[in-house]
Amino acid sequence: MAVKYYFYPLWLRFWHWLNAVLCILLILTGLSMQYSNPDFPFMRFDLAVSIHNITGILLTASYLIFLVGNMITGNGRYYHLNLRTISTELMKQFKYYTLGLFRGEKPPFPINEKRKFNPLQKISYAVVMYVFIPLLIITGWALLFPEITIHDVFGVSGLHLTDLLHLIIGFFVSVFLIVHIYFSTIGATPLSHFKAMFNGWHKTHD
Amino acid sequence: MMIKGMRIQALIWMFFFMIANAGLFAQQTDSIPENVKENQKCLKCHGNKYYSYYNDWVEGDVRERMNPFYVIDSAEYYNSNHKTFTCIDCHSYEYEEFPHPGYLRMEPSYSCMDCHGFGDEWAKFNFEEIQSEYEKSIHSQKHNETFSCWMCHNPHEYKISARTEENIKEVIAYDNAICLNCHADIDEFMFIAERENPNVLETHDWLPNQALHFKSVRCIECHAEQSDTLLVAHNILPKEKAVKKCVECHSDNSLLMASLYRYQAKEERNKAGFFNSALLGEYYVVGANRNYYLNLISIVLFGLVVLGIGVHIVLRIINK
Repeated sequence: MAVKYYFYPLWLRFWHWLNAVLCILLILTGLSMQYSNPDFPFMRFDLAVSIHNITGILLTASYLIFLVGNMITGNGRYYHLNLRTISTELMKQFKYYTLGLFRGEKPPFPINEKRKFNPLQKISYAVVMYVFIPLLIITGWALLFPEITIHDVFGVSGLHLTDLLHLIIGFFVSVFLIVHIYFSTIGATPLSHFKAMFNGWHKTHD
Repeated sequence: MMIKGMRIQALIWMFFFMIANAGLFAQQTDSIPENVKENQKCLKCHGNKYYSYYNDWVEGDVRERMNPFYVIDSAEYYNSNHKTFTCIDCHSYEYEEFPHPGYLRMEPSYSCMDCHGFGDEWAKFNFEEIQSEYEKSIHSQKHNETFSCWMCHNPHEYKISARTEENIKEVIAYDNAICLNCHADIDEFMFIAERENPNVLETHDWLPNQALHFKSVRCIECHAEQSDTLLVAHNILPKEKAVKKCVECHSDNSLLMASLYRYQAKEERNKAGFFNSALLGEYYVVGANRNYYLNLISIVLFGLVVLGIGVHIVLRIINK
């Protein structure tokens, strides 16, 4: 029997969609700058720079909402990883997504009040939100104020290294976004997770 | 008594010191190039802001201010391209006379092409094209009467940097100083333009990271038409025609490779898989510095992710 949990309070939904819009804008403008071509302009370079800068600053504010919200409401507990068991849990979840799902098996880590995320979700969300996004924000601010970056790192431009790190992590976040959107279709119905992120109620499989 | 003894000792030391240094001094004098010795006759006065001479009328030494436009910085001169010249190689030998004869004021100056316009030695610099490019430039078109090569390339100080200086930052600072010498100096600017010079910072306030751009590129990157056959562009464009599109530099076909980094690009082909690697020495230009391997890895990874999702969708549909 399907059970409904109110997993996504208003502040979380607001943050999630704000974060989503900002990330998409940052990826599109970032790609436009990185692969700028006068013959095939996807977006005017100066416009892409302005949008990227503004959305980057807003992403910093949005990240603070996420951090403070997680601390105040206790939402942060869902991201805690048990390093002793995580590898076996990940294998189980991976097997489920690659085999069990097609055999009609039950999910190995069913969602309940104490467990909002399965192990794969947990580790990917934790890495993205606590490692990748902070690194993107730090390197982004360093690129916004290039005069504060270290000028020379063993003969290589500090700005260059900062930018390389920024775009490599940006690439991984882009891949995460695509995988995240796809996995959101694996719910009770293909659209149920999307609906949940609008009305706040998560509906489990029957 | 003791003090007297010390004085004698000091005098003996001084005597030996002078003998020892006399040889050294003679050696140093010998190593001074002839032109430097010769030029000293002029620089005795023109190397300083003040000069002195014996005035027969007042029957005494007179100290005068030197016209600031006729003061030559000898340190700059002996560091410049023309450092091996004597003053009278280019100026009349009659200047050796003092007071200088008044008609010498009308003495025409040499132009660059008088010396550099012919001969194999200068062929690689392509002075003929520099001349024709300059004649097309706004400097020549608008101020033909007052403008000459020397406005930018002071023959007493100028030193080529684009093909000799390894540090690109030094090239940028040196070359931009040439432009700013007039464009950031009201006196110099009004000598030619007869109007106040616009504030360079205000006219470039649209430029993101203005300070970084000013430090990282030369004015001529955007304000001159690049030529395929000249290392340094000389056709300075009217301000309306200046490059204002960011992608001209921020793209894999970066304009900077044809201008600022042309020499380095020729000397040092792309390395470590970076497009426009000559740009990487001290700077990073978004859109121009892409890494071939990173591009390849990202495309492969992205392709695998899309393929994985595609296979997963198909399997989900089949097993529905």
